[in-house]
Amino acid sequence: MSAALDLITRVRGVRGAMLVSAEDGLVVAEQLMEGIKGSAVAALAASLAGRLRRAMEASGTGRSVFWHLQAEQGALLVVPSGEESGNLLVVAVAEPDVNIGLVRLELLRAAEAGT
Amino acid sequence: MDEIRALSAQLAQDPQSLVFLRLGEALRRKGQLDAALRVATNGLERHPHLADAHDLYARILTDKHDYEKAFDEWDMAVRIAPHHTGALKGLAFLYFKIGDLQQAEAHLAAAKRVEPDDPTIDQAIEMMRGGAKGPAEQPAAPSPPSGAASIAAPAAATGGLDEARVFAGLEGANEGLLLIDGSGRVLGGALKDGGGTDVTDAVAAYLAGVSQEAARTAKLLGLGAWNGLSAEGQHGNVHLAHPTPDALLLVVRERGIPLGRLAILAQRATLMARRWLERQ
Repeated sequence: MSAALDLITRVRGVRGAMLVSAEDGLVVAEQLMEGIKGSAVAALAASLAGRLRRAMEASGTGRSVFWHLQAEQGALLVVPSGEESGNLLVVAVAEPDVNIGLVRLELLRAAEAGT
Repeated sequence: MDEIRALSAQLAQDPQSLVFLRLGEALRRKGQLDAALRVATNGLERHPHLADAHDLYARILTDKHDYEKAFDEWDMAVRIAPHHTGALKGLAFLYFKIGDLQQAEAHLAAAKRVEPDDPTIDQAIEMMRGGAKGPAEQPAAPSPPSGAASIAAPAAATGGLDEARVFAGLEGANEGLLLIDGSGRVLGGALKDGGGTDVTDAVAAYLAGVSQEAARTAKLLGLGAWNGLSAEGQHGNVHLAHPTPDALLLVVRERGIPLGRLAILAQRATLMARRWLERQ
């Protein structure tokens, strides 16, 4: 579990990675830089993921495979993982100039590895 | 009735969803107050801390002339969400009804501070300042249901908005673009799923509050203001943007359309939505 998070945080510009329970928004594992409130971010990310999942299913696009929230000074990148792609969220917090494609790849790898 | 049937089916499928807000409001508008009341109370049992649920319940109670309970519900909504304009306007309506114009205006002023561009608030304030002698004599507030509509302006009242024209001329304006406000009210555009079924209301209900949640998440992470949210789905991609702090814009396209292209389309739609919202 921590090895998978380690691979994600090795990508330049990634400030931290977390494994979050999608159902209750609790942190399962984390590797975060100091100053990031893991538990609060996990809760909000899970809540956001839940709304997004429902909206996407209702819109006919199916379950989300990957999503990222872009902000002025960084981004939150998420890949749903686990059974039916809904039990866990692999989450990365990154700088604004991060290579999104690379982080996405590592997140998907971590999810596939059965984190 | 089709809308009510569809919303009922959605709620039956997912009883935890917020579709009950739209279903309750649709039933209220059809005058099916007992059914609306059941939907609202069931929803409140599941979501006791949701201000919108208390707001819906209060509107139904107002239509049933149960002003005392309605006051309690709107009061509760404001305690949960002090800036809930629906509840503030609702309380203003009730104060207006009992002739307490000072309190009515104070609540409308509070609502205006939250939504300075809402024309219904200005109309209500002007009406009261224009020598209001009592609710029964006011053409704009003849009875609780229509009075609530004119003064309290229930959140789901969309009739006055020219929905179809928000994204006029933009690709997919009527099937892949949606503009909603903070409470999930559809302001413009429409969505259809792969089978051509209109899914506008269902998607809007699920997206209620997403804009505020995204803002909170970005703030908590020290990332500043959020600019957009892109998502890849199994069968399609979506992009979310916020033309104003509360409004949310959704662009949905098939999976073959890259997220970058979607973001550009969302940028154009955001500009159009912002201009349109400014004109309202």
